[in-house]
Amino acid sequence: MTMLTPNAPFAADHGRDAPPPPVRVIPDRADAPFATLLKSWEALLLALILAIFTANSLASPYFLDVWNLSDATFNFTEKAIVALALAFVILAGEIDISVAGIIALSSTIMGATAAAGLPTPVVAAAGLVAGLACGAVNGLLVTTLELPSIVATIGTMSLFRGLAYGLLGDGAYTRYPDGFSYFGQGYVWEWLSFEFAAFLALALLAGFLLHHTAFGRTVRAIGHNPTAAAFSGLRVRRVKFWLFLATGLAAGLASVMLTSRLGSTRPSIATGWELEIVTMVVLGGVSITGGVGTIPGVVLAALVMGLLTFGLGLLNVSGIIMSIIVGAMLIAVIALPILTRKLSLRLRRSAP
Amino acid sequence: MTAPHTLLKSREALLLIAGTVLLGLIALRAPDFVTPGNLATVFTDSAILIILAIGQTAVILTRSIDLSVAANLALTGMAGAMLNAAHPELPVPLLVLASAGMGLGLGAVNGLLVWRIGLPSIVVTLGTLTIFRGAAFVLSGGEWVNTFQMSPAYLALPRETLLGLPVLAWLAVAVIGLAALVFTRTAAGRALYAVGGNPVAAVYAGIDAGRAVFRAFCLSGLLAGLCGYLWVSRFAVAYVDVAAGFELDVIAACVIGGVSISGGVGSVAGAVLGALFLGVIKNALPVVGVSPFWQMSISGAIIIAAVILNTRAERAKGRIILRRLDVGQEAGA
Repeated sequence: MTMLTPNAPFAADHGRDAPPPPVRVIPDRADAPFATLLKSWEALLLALILAIFTANSLASPYFLDVWNLSDATFNFTEKAIVALALAFVILAGEIDISVAGIIALSSTIMGATAAAGLPTPVVAAAGLVAGLACGAVNGLLVTTLELPSIVATIGTMSLFRGLAYGLLGDGAYTRYPDGFSYFGQGYVWEWLSFEFAAFLALALLAGFLLHHTAFGRTVRAIGHNPTAAAFSGLRVRRVKFWLFLATGLAAGLASVMLTSRLGSTRPSIATGWELEIVTMVVLGGVSITGGVGTIPGVVLAALVMGLLTFGLGLLNVSGIIMSIIVGAMLIAVIALPILTRKLSLRLRRSAP
Repeated sequence: MTAPHTLLKSREALLLIAGTVLLGLIALRAPDFVTPGNLATVFTDSAILIILAIGQTAVILTRSIDLSVAANLALTGMAGAMLNAAHPELPVPLLVLASAGMGLGLGAVNGLLVWRIGLPSIVVTLGTLTIFRGAAFVLSGGEWVNTFQMSPAYLALPRETLLGLPVLAWLAVAVIGLAALVFTRTAAGRALYAVGGNPVAAVYAGIDAGRAVFRAFCLSGLLAGLCGYLWVSRFAVAYVDVAAGFELDVIAACVIGGVSISGGVGSVAGAVLGALFLGVIKNALPVVGVSPFWQMSISGAIIIAAVILNTRAERAKGRIILRRLDVGQEAGA
């Protein structure tokens, strides 16, 4: 900038009509305010959680109760489990819109196996296998056929949920074997539900995979620059295939839990969840363009959404109002770092 | 460009052939389906999807996506219906303009967030999708606006027939014609292609890329607002969940019509044919005796097939360029 300023009168001396060259700041070091803010993304979410927590406990006397809080986890753990897997897919620069469709199809298949009189382990396994199979279809479409994942999974979203509708029509499966209710309603220890325990275990696993293994590094490298990753000898397609497979499995697991919790299957089960799950991942600080993001961020985002929904629910705020808040929060939280960076650039530019 | 063989190779022509074959197959089972009268009904049924797909095409051409169209439609439809219920004396054209204008405003919000703040469009419209539908709930308090609450003139306009076709169909025709002109014959339309094809080159060519994206979102919003009125008056009821999930049908229509999700490739004709393709299937399934419950999976399979074909076509084109380059290098050496 200081280099450019003397040039401007120089150009004017030559009597050119062209406007002076735009002042460009090429930073010689990382953008400090932005970088710090990005580093503290999780801190931001944590502060948000504390704020929601405090506000909720002040607003409702029923909020701060171990059993109540345990109940609160049910409305987001299933989504959060899928979000953990989807975070890897988005980190690798892809997306999977079909997750809710997978949940519906997997639930329908579990319903069919239960209706055939098969025992609980077989029913649950059928749900997981159905999820895996759907994930494999997505993976093949994106890796072998090289389709853009957003379009391919919009297609499979219709396909999977459509199959659930085709198989079930306007009917419902409501008869599940006795032990099946454990996955969605059982408790591992005192107030710790099976669902939440599974979520915690999977979050630890996902965090370990992403932040402490070569695999996690590979995923992020692919998201940053797939071409460079391929030239570096990373098996881009194979890794992406595994990620879609894992997301299918996670959706299958979520389906087992949701079906077990509701005790019934209709083709409209988990409608609209794909957008909520994507919101959870993006709110967690995972860049939709890939490469950037952390598992603690996603876990915190899941808690933010879960606590907010539950707290407002205790205050009798309708679900759709909460969705407005979540939508606004999504845009605000993503816009915040960009706006701060722009502001800091502008300040730096106007400074002498 | 317009040599017969390239015309035949064009995606639109292929889609037209596929559509004709589909109609032929349906005719084998149900000859009544392909009568001009019924086909006109199918066109009218698909009119809203066609109009929305054209708006979405503009957005996708610029490498963006607008997931909020159906929520925009629900909100503007609700607002228009409530205005009509509260003030039946207001003239219908004014209400239609108000709906479209409101849709334009909502589209501009998306556009500004993408243009001015530089947020990814998928994140912005994911957020506004829930906000718009939530706003429809807040506005209506979750209540329905029923047929008897709206004025007869408000409900009748799309159904009135002109030269054998309802106004709804004529509106779609007008939007198709105007959009085709704008997309191919105006600087603003060509800018959409330029920005999507190569944003960097577009900027060097003097095109304001951000403004082009903003305009695309405005168009998408405007058409969604218009469809808000059309949807509510056609089905004679407004409620919060109107057209829930319809945004994905709209994107599917674009994709089937050969609009490339990576931007810069697509046409109004393609989007219209894609929407009609989905419309024909939706209307034909009950006629040929397939349970409508299978419709969703069939359209899913068709979307996947269409994407596979389109991606193949794009890749084949890339190979030819590469081969020519090789030949040139060999000749030079």
